[in-house]
Amino acid sequence: MPAPQTPISLRRLFDEIGTVDQVGIEERVAKHTTRSLKKKSKVFGLRLAVTMVDLTTLEGKDTPGKVASLCQKALCPHDEGDIPPTAAVCVYPSMVRHARKHVGGTQVKIASVATAFPSGQAPLKTRLAEVRAAVADGADEIDMVINRGAFLSGEFGLMQDEIAAVVEACGKATLKVILEVSELETYDNIRAASFLAMRVIRPGDFIKTSTGKTNSNATLGNNQVMLEAIRDHYLATGVPIAMKPAGGIRTAKQALHFLIAVKETLGDEWLNNRRYRFGASALLNDLVRQLEKERTGAYQAPWNFSEATEGY
Amino acid sequence: MTRIHITKTPKCYVGGAFIRSESGRVTELRDSEGGFLANIPQCTRKDLRNAVEAAAKAGPGWAKRSAFNRGQILYRLAEMIEARGNELRDALVMGGAKGGDATREVTTAIDRIVHYAGWTDKYEQVLGSVNPVASAHFNFTVTEPVGIIGVIAPDASPLLALVSLILPAITSGNCVVALASTTQPYPSILLGEMLATSDLPGGVVNLLTGFRHELIPTFATHEHLRALSGVVNADDRKTLRLGAAESVKRVHLLKAEETIDWFADGRQGVEEIRALVEFKTTWHPVGA
Repeated sequence: MPAPQTPISLRRLFDEIGTVDQVGIEERVAKHTTRSLKKKSKVFGLRLAVTMVDLTTLEGKDTPGKVASLCQKALCPHDEGDIPPTAAVCVYPSMVRHARKHVGGTQVKIASVATAFPSGQAPLKTRLAEVRAAVADGADEIDMVINRGAFLSGEFGLMQDEIAAVVEACGKATLKVILEVSELETYDNIRAASFLAMRVIRPGDFIKTSTGKTNSNATLGNNQVMLEAIRDHYLATGVPIAMKPAGGIRTAKQALHFLIAVKETLGDEWLNNRRYRFGASALLNDLVRQLEKERTGAYQAPWNFSEATEGY
Repeated sequence: MTRIHITKTPKCYVGGAFIRSESGRVTELRDSEGGFLANIPQCTRKDLRNAVEAAAKAGPGWAKRSAFNRGQILYRLAEMIEARGNELRDALVMGGAKGGDATREVTTAIDRIVHYAGWTDKYEQVLGSVNPVASAHFNFTVTEPVGIIGVIAPDASPLLALVSLILPAITSGNCVVALASTTQPYPSILLGEMLATSDLPGGVVNLLTGFRHELIPTFATHEHLRALSGVVNADDRKTLRLGAAESVKRVHLLKAEETIDWFADGRQGVEEIRALVEFKTTWHPVGA
């Protein structure tokens, strides 16, 4: 139940889309971690997850050189085992032109965060200019953040108008709308924000959990709330919206749990990188490590996969 | 009123926590007369992998501690075992050892720990060196821990042999994943409980119980293990050496076919530490 201090606009929205059963969701996702994936199905899942990774570097210390090695890694995650390239690289707008030199014209897309990532606290004019600049530099996909302040104070019109303006600024580029779930606080709010975003974006655009810059990121729980919102929206309107959990997914096992949630909630139609992505930096290493384990039969050491290990 | 006896569920000490095997499998532990005592976890290669991950987490911190501090911690381990020595002695007697032999095994194990506690801040002076070179360089050799070490303990002297294999490894800052005696695993369960109260950081020593033949191939091929130390038969030696060659790791193996006197002074000392360290030689220019 929405709390009594909930803005009237939010309560009206819940009348329309329904609220989330928190205990039910958490019970449901706890079951996703109990599936047994072995041998062939495990390799299938791991390879699929590799093709869904948006290999990400979003740090103040990013350099063109670091982006270059990230791009090489996205194109060829490992020199053995015939491992497919990732879906995209995800960088700051200023790095898009550097990424383009390495992955332009390949199947690896360039995603760029924009709209004053990660806070979104800049004038709309500035945010739109950033989107246009990133697209002009060659970004295939734009990751925007929603105006959480507008959402939490119930100004849905403002929030949706801003998303619509970014959709327009994107042109042909795919849009991913970051809800920043850790700042939305409840599953109800995540569901509401998902619906508000889905109503103004285009088929094939994404909703995304988080920036990865706050202390709470993608969990099976909020992933499930968003997947169910996508399902309900699809059943009501026929418009397929894609999904991208981001932040905190570090291990291959976690990735498989997320894929099970997709398979069991949305079905095979969503089991590809046009409909589902992982925003991650460390995940790719573990996916490749587990694939190598399956290929060679021997447990692998992390230093074979460009991981800092301090000699251990 | 008659009191119902509280039976114990023995668990393995891995990553500073007490675990059951992920497989859920157990083997029955019986005393020398065949009476049921407890169910011992039958660890699998996945448990081994998890133990290696735990060791990898603990390793850098353990290696960075000062040699003196590592010595203090090992001495504390000896203190913890001294206080619960009778419990260990009873466990050995249960496994068939005679009372006097069991007592001697426990006291020798404690003394061995104290022995290595003394070595932590001394082996470097013995193993390292300043090397004479014919140029204007200061040339010196120091040791570094090799990383995570797989230990495979024999069935004879199940406590003393296990301690004698683990201690030289951790003295120099390595971490250990050890497989305890298959026939007499219970002393290793008790040792785990004592390790847990000894200030030794969780994950530095990980003790698994289970069947040798199930785990030896994984010890051999796991690339994250940097050395293998233990007592094994000819077939297992071959498996371990082949796997170690593939994954480039050190092997320091004793032959199970030969009788080993674990009580002997020769089974402890700086040579055992030397087998599990990496030597690094540095050339440093000096003014002409």
